[in-house]
Amino acid sequence: MTTSTNTVDPAEVAKFEAMAAEWWDPTGKFKPLHMMNPTRLDYITRQTAAEFDRDLNAPRPFEGLRVLDIGCGGGLLSEPMARLGATVVGADAAPRNIPVAQIHAEQSGLDIDYRHVTAEALAAAGEQFDVVLNMEVVEHVSDPQSYLTACHDLLRPGGLMICSTINRNARSFAMAIVGAEWVMRWLPKGTHDWDKFIKPAELQDLIAKAGLTPVDVKGFVFNPLNWSWSISDKDLAVNYVTASVRPA
Amino acid sequence: MKHDSDILIVGGGLNGPALALACAQVGLRSIVVDALSTETRADAGFDGRSYALALASQRLLAAIGVWKQVADHAQPILHIVTTDGRPGEGPLYPFAMRFDAAEIDEGPMGFMLEDRFLRQALLTAIEAEPLVTHRPGETVVAQQITPGSAEITLASGATLRGALLVGADGRRSGTCMRAGIQRLAWDYRQTALVCAVEHDLPHNGTAQQFFMPHGPLAILPLPPGNRSSIVWAEAPEIAAEIAALDDDGFLAALRPRFGDFLGEIRLAGARFSYPLNLTMANRTVGERLALIGDAAQGVHPIAGQGFNQGLCDVATLTQVLAEAHRRGEDIGARLVLERHASWRSFDRASLAFGMDAVNRLFSNDSAILRLGRNLGMGAVQSMPGLRRFFIREAAGLTGDLPNLLKGRPA
Repeated sequence: MTTSTNTVDPAEVAKFEAMAAEWWDPTGKFKPLHMMNPTRLDYITRQTAAEFDRDLNAPRPFEGLRVLDIGCGGGLLSEPMARLGATVVGADAAPRNIPVAQIHAEQSGLDIDYRHVTAEALAAAGEQFDVVLNMEVVEHVSDPQSYLTACHDLLRPGGLMICSTINRNARSFAMAIVGAEWVMRWLPKGTHDWDKFIKPAELQDLIAKAGLTPVDVKGFVFNPLNWSWSISDKDLAVNYVTASVRPA
Repeated sequence: MKHDSDILIVGGGLNGPALALACAQVGLRSIVVDALSTETRADAGFDGRSYALALASQRLLAAIGVWKQVADHAQPILHIVTTDGRPGEGPLYPFAMRFDAAEIDEGPMGFMLEDRFLRQALLTAIEAEPLVTHRPGETVVAQQITPGSAEITLASGATLRGALLVGADGRRSGTCMRAGIQRLAWDYRQTALVCAVEHDLPHNGTAQQFFMPHGPLAILPLPPGNRSSIVWAEAPEIAAEIAALDDDGFLAALRPRFGDFLGEIRLAGARFSYPLNLTMANRTVGERLALIGDAAQGVHPIAGQGFNQGLCDVATLTQVLAEAHRRGEDIGARLVLERHASWRSFDRASLAFGMDAVNRLFSNDSAILRLGRNLGMGAVQSMPGLRRFFIREAAGLTGDLPNLLKGRPA
């Protein structure tokens, strides 16, 4: 299921296909993602609750919201959003992720529409969502501008996009490439291409050109002393996240 | 598999309903499976059993909306007096530690509350809470953990599924046993004699604790009027003899230990006796499983720490589950439950060690130990900073407290 406007870099997809088992083992290959996930979810759920005026202390606060999780992998973000009551489409360009995610959602008693499809193909089909989750994807695509424009088209007017990526500087090279890939071996060597990392100002520019209004930016900061992630107002030096809305 | 509820709570005593109510406030649904029928739970005359609630526990009960139902029946603990006593010497022994609520800003150090009022208030509250389903008169015969759910089978044949199974079923927890979790047990070689007494003089909100050679005697103030709850620990052989006495004989044995500072004493309500031991589950969480209250640690009831510890379990588990629920995590995931276990582990370890050590130190007639602890008491008594620390500790206000124990939402 690909289209002529596909901007997914085939080499990048192949790399993730090789990693596509063991998604849900918190101590396995995807341990770094599991470690980071609570912090990503804190940001996503709080932004979504604020944008759509929902109470997170309700049983199903996101009831009625349609959510797209781009690059859903094993469903680490799709499942929480579905559990919170959202109607979720999980899209992944790597076909092997889809059955893994489907089996796990079924075990968890969750209905999630997992599809082997690209963002561009969904946009071309005219699908629209209240929330588009675009987490750690933009640094893997070949044409970020046309990809973000597709994300814009996937949002209903008033819809919210959460987009996270990695900054491009000496510290991000040290942390994300040398630290995570070479020293800690959290990620296979070659997972990330430092040249494709995007500075916050560049990302804001790309988002604005795609027609979206940036509303928030925060850092995701890893603290090696207590081995945990947290959200930072100021430190955008390595991992960072943005929220933007499609004007109504 | 679709879930019947988010949380399956086995045990309808105090901690189970408290957890169900606290979790309902953050949007989590529970089913409380209760072996006793509603009629049995509701039929509670005065039986003398009562709790010394730490201030932190009272705050939790207020935060989950139960306190207002029982406040009129609660006696504030305004003073705590701890004395090293010998049989026959009563409370007048010269070495004592006095803790006074006026020394800390937070208010009373705790409250005395009869079991029957608390039980009834919790029962009424879970019946009224739409996110809680009460299944009275039902016992669990089997439990099973699958990748996506925890499943229990009831004696009536019904099967219930949830994301998380919580064992709040006491020190002989069936949930713990069925999960194959071993328990460690320490026998204190003591039996607690429990009863309530009426006395001629007012207690003025003072809780007395005498450390006797065979174990502590606690005199805890009850409302209304001049009544106190007695927790009297003795060596099992002596306790058996005293328990076998008629009421007059029992009072005759109690009087010299009790002393006459409250005037003449009379029995009020029934007498109970409990062998004292500490039992701890080797672990309190597993795959889609958590143990709370006495199922996690069944504690020697010195200073009422058993129920207070249970409410600490309720508060930390609720906060961990609330945070997980708000971010859409699977509340039964091992990763989530481990956060609760590690938060509680220090308390659990110091509890097991501390209670054991305090009791062994005080329940001894060796002259050297007596001298040492008398000097220790004198030292605490003369150092206001240290004394305030003990007061806050008794009130449950020290350590990294979960929000509910500060009276704030989870």
